[in-house]
Amino acid sequence: MHMLADHPERARAWAMPLADIDVSKGYLFEQDVVGFYFERLRLEDPVHRAVSKRYGPYWSVTRYKDIMAVDTNHAVFSSEARIGGISLAERPRAEMFPSFIAMDPPRHDEQRRAVTPMVAPANLAMLEPTIRARACRILDGLPVGAQFDWVERVSVELTTQMLATLFDFPFEDRRLLTWWSDMATGDPDGNGPVTSWEMRLAELGKCLAYFTRLWNERVNAPPANDLISMLAHAPSTRHMSPDEFLGNLILLIVGGNDTTRNSISGGLLALNRHPDQYEKLRANPALVSSLVPEIIRWQTPLAHMRRTALADVELGGKQIRKGDKVVMWYLSGNRDPEAIEEPDRFIIDRARPRAHIAFGFGIHRCVGNRLAELQLTVLWEEILKRFPRIEVAGEPTRTRSNFVHGFTAMPVVIPARIG
Amino acid sequence: MPRVTYIEHGGKRHAIEVPVGDSVMRGAVYNGVPGIDADCGGECACATCHVYVDQAWLARTGAPGDMERSMLACGADTRPNSRLACQIRVTEALDGLVVSLPDGQH
Repeated sequence: MHMLADHPERARAWAMPLADIDVSKGYLFEQDVVGFYFERLRLEDPVHRAVSKRYGPYWSVTRYKDIMAVDTNHAVFSSEARIGGISLAERPRAEMFPSFIAMDPPRHDEQRRAVTPMVAPANLAMLEPTIRARACRILDGLPVGAQFDWVERVSVELTTQMLATLFDFPFEDRRLLTWWSDMATGDPDGNGPVTSWEMRLAELGKCLAYFTRLWNERVNAPPANDLISMLAHAPSTRHMSPDEFLGNLILLIVGGNDTTRNSISGGLLALNRHPDQYEKLRANPALVSSLVPEIIRWQTPLAHMRRTALADVELGGKQIRKGDKVVMWYLSGNRDPEAIEEPDRFIIDRARPRAHIAFGFGIHRCVGNRLAELQLTVLWEEILKRFPRIEVAGEPTRTRSNFVHGFTAMPVVIPARIG
Repeated sequence: MPRVTYIEHGGKRHAIEVPVGDSVMRGAVYNGVPGIDADCGGECACATCHVYVDQAWLARTGAPGDMERSMLACGADTRPNSRLACQIRVTEALDGLVVSLPDGQH
């Protein structure tokens, strides 16, 4: 995020009446200026009520410790899809597909357990050679000395290949996964390729049809080590309704795709904007282990998660009422100087780099967090073996979204190979 | 000072003196025992300080609380003797405690 003290948007953020601050507006993220508003809210109104034209009234929670308090109190702050779910954007019931991220216990725990073996340490160790081979092939195919789009050629390609592996999805059709991910998170307001709600629904219907075919193949075959087979055979998920199947697919597609994709792009941008850190990394590639969590903190690829209060409760001195929407701005928590030292600096050798809130905390904490770290680790290890520098060659284009915090394009040039 | 023994997944043992009042998680993190990540810093919110308590010590370490049980319910490879090390407070009565680490935190 822009944090320049003399940026004109910063003056605007501080001059505006507090009551008018609404950090849910997509352009604030697209223009990368939302950080100025978060800075003020953390200081002056850390639990802030706003009335959005689009979403109605909602609370913004911007300090790390308050976010932690909400995230760990799932008994009061519900994720349940039927009463609102996990993001500010709501659709009619018929277009909100239930998944375990948008459930409360005990159903959440049961369904989540069905997919946990995929991302458990032993399985990640088995996946690593595949991830590495694919990362190597992608990097070896990049042009040297000519500009290209990093998002398209690397971030999307690597994460999509990974996702195809996790689902054991037909490899030649893998870009469908990217497409469905964009459909799931997009909206006609300019965020991605969705042009109408009808289109979104129709495309997600195709997603369900495709995966239903895979499900039918696998439910009748012996259990295998892919996510579809796991869902088809686990007692808690094998009798899911089509809506619930689609909901969990969307969760796994978006969770395993957009997030890592945008961290891959955001990491390269951060290293370019902090050349001293890029230099430090080149001098000591072992720092990849602390670089990776710092990239995830810096990018915070999901800007927020939303909860709905199940009871009246006090938070940071404010009275939250039963039924209120409560938004945890992870992007702000990860810039909170009370929790993170020098949060506006990108520092690749922090003492406790994983003490960030990008994965959330509590029972909904990202199930794929170690897989995400593994993909980024392998990618950066292989980049450092190949290229002295990858240079961002122009302004990246950012997503117009208060949820998926990322990039749609980033022009880069690789001046030379090593050796 | 009470002594806590941490056994890495590969079998390597670390006998560490941990001050009364500190958590078993801190004892590991402050003394460089590998295999405990403790991403959330001891808030019972991430389950990356998962340990298996030696059967002989289970009665003395007590049972997990509600939040800890919720977090363990989401973990990989949890067993009846699974605990989050940040939720075990070291006392004189735990002098000699033995905990084993899983194959990775997650």
